[in-house]
Amino acid sequence: MNTPTPRGNNSRWLPLAVFAALAVLLAAGVWLSRKPNREALPSPLIGKPAPAFSLPVLHEAGRLLSSDDLRGEPYLLNVWGSWCPACRDEHPVLTRFAETKRVRVIGFNWKDEHADALRWLEQFGNPYWVVVTDFEGKSAIDWGIYGAPETFLVDGKGIVRWKFVGPLTDATIRDELLPKLAEVEKAR
Amino acid sequence: MLPELGQIALILALLISIAQASLPMLGAHRGIAPWMAIARPAAYAQLILVGFAFLILTEAFVTQDFSLRYVAENSNSLLPMAYRYSAVWGAHEGSLLLWALVLALWTAAVARFSRALPPEVISRVLAVMGVISVGFLAFLIFTSNPFARLLPAVAEGRDLNPLLQDPGLIIHPPMLYIGYVGFSVPFAFAIAALLDGKVDARWLRWTRPWTNIAWAFLTLGIALGSWWAYYELGWGGWWFWDPVENASFMPWLAGAALLHSQAVTEKRGSFRGWTLLLAIAAFSLSLLGTFLVRSGVLTSVHAFAADPSRGLFVLIFLGIVIGGSLLLYALRVPSGDDDGGKPFELSSRETLLLANNLLLATACAMVLLGTLYPLLADALELGKISVGPPYFSLMFVLLMTPLVLLLPFGPLFRWQREQPSRPLAMLVPWAGLALGAAIAAYFLAPQGPWKVAAGVGGAVWVAAGTLRFVWTRVRGNGTRYTAEMLGMTLAHLGVAVFLVGALLVEGLSVQREVALTPGKSLDLGRYAFRFDSVDHRVGPNYEADYGTVTVFDGERVLAVMHPEKRAYASGGQVMTEAAIERGITRDLYVALGESLGDGAWAVRVHIKPFVRWVWLGALLMMLGGFVAAADRRFRVKADAREEGERSPEPRPAVSTATAAVAGSIAGEQA
Repeated sequence: MNTPTPRGNNSRWLPLAVFAALAVLLAAGVWLSRKPNREALPSPLIGKPAPAFSLPVLHEAGRLLSSDDLRGEPYLLNVWGSWCPACRDEHPVLTRFAETKRVRVIGFNWKDEHADALRWLEQFGNPYWVVVTDFEGKSAIDWGIYGAPETFLVDGKGIVRWKFVGPLTDATIRDELLPKLAEVEKAR
Repeated sequence: MLPELGQIALILALLISIAQASLPMLGAHRGIAPWMAIARPAAYAQLILVGFAFLILTEAFVTQDFSLRYVAENSNSLLPMAYRYSAVWGAHEGSLLLWALVLALWTAAVARFSRALPPEVISRVLAVMGVISVGFLAFLIFTSNPFARLLPAVAEGRDLNPLLQDPGLIIHPPMLYIGYVGFSVPFAFAIAALLDGKVDARWLRWTRPWTNIAWAFLTLGIALGSWWAYYELGWGGWWFWDPVENASFMPWLAGAALLHSQAVTEKRGSFRGWTLLLAIAAFSLSLLGTFLVRSGVLTSVHAFAADPSRGLFVLIFLGIVIGGSLLLYALRVPSGDDDGGKPFELSSRETLLLANNLLLATACAMVLLGTLYPLLADALELGKISVGPPYFSLMFVLLMTPLVLLLPFGPLFRWQREQPSRPLAMLVPWAGLALGAAIAAYFLAPQGPWKVAAGVGGAVWVAAGTLRFVWTRVRGNGTRYTAEMLGMTLAHLGVAVFLVGALLVEGLSVQREVALTPGKSLDLGRYAFRFDSVDHRVGPNYEADYGTVTVFDGERVLAVMHPEKRAYASGGQVMTEAAIERGITRDLYVALGESLGDGAWAVRVHIKPFVRWVWLGALLMMLGGFVAAADRRFRVKADAREEGERSPEPRPAVSTATAAVAGSIAGEQA
């Protein structure tokens, strides 16, 4: 037992190798954030009926909301959790959009503690028409949800028309969501 | 007109930093004295110029010059005067300018207090700091100019982010940056030593106090940030494993490892390569932290400015500085064979400090992994994933438990070789006491018995073990209790205090959220909270719902608390201002939720036992860092540079007497 200093010629290169891997990752990060409007992950759901669900309502213990209850008018399903920092970034954008009352915004509270979710809405304000909860994440699997935030636009017939991964921005809403929504409303 | 002068000062500072980065380095390489002599004046000139630019920007904020884009975006005519000063570093451009200013301060301090060092060494060191300065000043001037004009000027500014309008946030960033940037000093010395090819104890003894001071400031900065999050975010938590918190925590962990490893290298000559690597790592992680916060690559509550071109710039800079340093390390680090350290056995203080280093470095790596994991998942198209507190908490408990258990042994073990039975015999009674306290705590705790027992037991163990060391030293005759030891003692006691805070608040906190109408009361623990009223109040730049809650302890009125909900005039952002009744054994925390109609309000009440101990522990650690840095040995030895140098060859085992002089050996007389 002497010292932990690198003895071989390989271990002394290890820190550099680790950093190189890190740099590649960070470069990928910069590259990804260069194109904030990048294509959402292609969802096989688009053009197909939204998964049927029946989930508890956050603010009313015992009440369930099902996909059938939402038929007739389009709705925007926004996946969030109090544990998700990106949702905090998205929150003011979503709030501004919800205030236009263009479409019902449904909160999909994913894998969240009940009290945490309520507190989050209490602190930042509640932009949602109604919030359903999926504590175990079972329904989320049907929706193909990878992470939060994610947002789905579902039309009045219950067909998924648009999906966005990551925090919504004003630009996304203006350039993608609103045109898609106009299309949906015209088709009705 | 003035902002243009500030701009010119920054450009001049950049030119000077280029000279400082190149000429003294070449001069040291070729032995050209006049080129080396440029280093110090260049460092002072930079401080003056960057300081001047900083003053100009401050002046623009104070006089509300909305023709500057940066001022218009981060200030408002309603902004109170104190926040006009802190708004200077309230967003990206200004905080970078602060970064550059702090670097200039550290560089000038190194230039000023390095008279005892050979000119070649100090030239290289100041040149390395010059390289960093070039990077940051270029970053400022080319991508993030705080003096960019907004023409025509706007009549009213957008206002400082309300989250930042808080006294805690006035001093949090400067303290954090002093810590971050302070690690550039050991970093620059490590690079200079690698360039020089001579990795000896000389630079180490000289940098130890600098590392200590930087680490102490970083500790203070992190503690202030945590304290701010506690009372300002309105959640009652004190640490969230948020990417930006992690960004400051990683250099802290690396710095803590560096402090210990430097002590070994300086006193015993061992771990040279490791110490160099940690010195590079601590500063690299500071740079990485800056990158993560400033590039917007990771989404976080703190990421106020996100701009990919900035991210790219910092990434390239990071690649040059960190990649270059690690390449240099790979090429020049002394191999294990000519390491020059004194040999040691498995049972020795060296081994314990090695364990300390490995645990801290692993903790640092796991924070890095957890912080970057969402990015990794994103890059691999696995979707956006947040790694939550459960991961960090579990990993931390696993890594910190052995650290806490081993901590009291460290100072009691001898260098080189130790009979484990000796320190073990010293500590057995205290281990018994800690165990007894933990068992008692387990049965007395009204809730969370495991956490409370771990907190109490761990704290008693660390505190008693540390005091056992103090007793051994003080009782031993003819030995001084040095400032270095006192600093170590304070910092280790800080760990004990922190353990109480962190684990007891985790185990014993109670909270309740209820709807209350005026006059109604809520009983929680031994306290009754009477909700009196909510009034409307107008502040300087916000309107508030101003609640009044009277707290009773039995019949006695304990406090009248005023939780607020503020809506800021510009932008309409709503902020919760929790009311906190402070106490050494518990905090009472009341936050106002939403109005529920008919005069009813959602009210959230927490009782947070011992939460203050979290920050008290951090303050003790900070104090320990400062006290240790003040040790006379660092100054005396630096003056007597020739004599103070350790011989690079491994010597045969030193006699006890020599060792007692050379290092500080606990329990030598026991």
